[in-house]
Amino acid sequence: MIELKDVSKTFTLHNQGSAVIEVISDVSFHVAPGECVGLTGASGAGKSTLMRMIYGNYLTQSGSICIGDLDIVQAEPREIIALRREVLGYVSQFLRVVPRVPTLDVVADPLRALGVPADDAQARAKDLLAQLNIPQRLWSLSPTTFSGGEQQRVNIARGFAHAYPAMLLDEPTASLDATNREVVLSLIEGAKTRGAAIIGIFHDEAARARVCDREIDVSVFTPGLTSGSEAVGQPRESAA
Amino acid sequence: MTPLLSVQGITKHYGAHIGCADVSFDLYPGEVMGIVGESGSGKSTLLNCMAGHLVPDAGQVVFDTRADGPKDTVTMSEPERRMLGRTDWAFVHQHARDGLRMGVSAGGNVGERLMAVGERHYGDIRGKATDWLERVEIDAARVDDRPTTFSGGMQQRLQIARNLVTGPRLVFMDEPTGGLDVSVQARLLDLLRGLVRDMGLSAIIVTHDLAVVRLLADRLMVMKSGRVVEAGLTDQVLDDPQHAYSQLLVSSVLQV
Repeated sequence: MIELKDVSKTFTLHNQGSAVIEVISDVSFHVAPGECVGLTGASGAGKSTLMRMIYGNYLTQSGSICIGDLDIVQAEPREIIALRREVLGYVSQFLRVVPRVPTLDVVADPLRALGVPADDAQARAKDLLAQLNIPQRLWSLSPTTFSGGEQQRVNIARGFAHAYPAMLLDEPTASLDATNREVVLSLIEGAKTRGAAIIGIFHDEAARARVCDREIDVSVFTPGLTSGSEAVGQPRESAA
Repeated sequence: MTPLLSVQGITKHYGAHIGCADVSFDLYPGEVMGIVGESGSGKSTLLNCMAGHLVPDAGQVVFDTRADGPKDTVTMSEPERRMLGRTDWAFVHQHARDGLRMGVSAGGNVGERLMAVGERHYGDIRGKATDWLERVEIDAARVDDRPTTFSGGMQQRLQIARNLVTGPRLVFMDEPTGGLDVSVQARLLDLLRGLVRDMGLSAIIVTHDLAVVRLLADRLMVMKSGRVVEAGLTDQVLDDPQHAYSQLLVSSVLQV
């Protein structure tokens, strides 16, 4: 379902002396339907970067990333937009929403975008919000004012509203208490059972051991890794 | 799929000065495209060339018309282009006063566009106008008031109602949230997003506000000195900008 071949990525910082940072090189692996693969490696190894490349959020310099039949690296923007709507879901670490929109609509939005009638979409949204223990009195309010953990759960509800055949999960259990962590893990297990191909980043080792079938250590693909912060980090090589 | 709008090699000079140069892109039905860049980068010139307000020096703006399929709007006859402007196209100006008739009631502003496409039944026109005022969250009781008595945010929403009442397929927007305070901006963005989804509109939005394009646009073009320096998926251009100018633009935004 998800197949990466010889994928490489560099960042060029034009306004900082044209520093060139090699983040990741020659990544190849594949994820089958119903399989969950965990990305591991120290902070700065490029886990989130790799995930964002698979989502088409970061541009990939070389190689191919195929989701189903579509190669993200070569695809037109409109093909990626359609892919994200129908095939590829992504639960990021942060919730990003239009201010003022009620939580229920935020969660129902991915279904509405697929043309699901408003009532059905809202019913699914209510079901997920209830499962994730978001109090009903908050459903009509915008999630922008919620606590970190509540926002994270709204984000997860939104990510699981549609049964995507492929999913990317960036730390879905971070900042959650034991009860909600359990709910999220069972949602992931449910997605696997229905045949979704999943790539996840979990710092929570017990969670990783429970849902992941395989682990891929991203540091192997990181040229000259010592340490640094996530994604951009410190320039490791300069071509200026 | 046929693009709704196919722009090819649009160039406009103001004397020796470049307005915009050699801009090409395709816009598909249901897509929202953002155009960003600093003041004077040519984004409004480009928008006005596409919408038929300015005549480009070179290039084509091919629109997929309902009747005859794809047709170059630059070379089509003036009446034909004006008909498009009243029916399938809409233009939302930065200053609501430029897009409204300030001496006519709110209902009249919305109804005028309906009459321009042949509606004659007063009751129907008034009914539709009232319905649209409510859709843009203006109290129906204000239907007979003039826009001069409205706040800036209400005027902008009235302008949007006036533009969308005829069910256009393509909306051009020039800084639609510019000059409004932030709470009104958020409300307007929410409204626009809902309308785009429910009506299946395509839109081209010119703005210098990167937060606005992130929320509204699927695709983004970055312009500098009249040329497109980078184009792609909105979140990709904002999160992983490739061109030196895009990187500068994104890193210059103040965090709140």
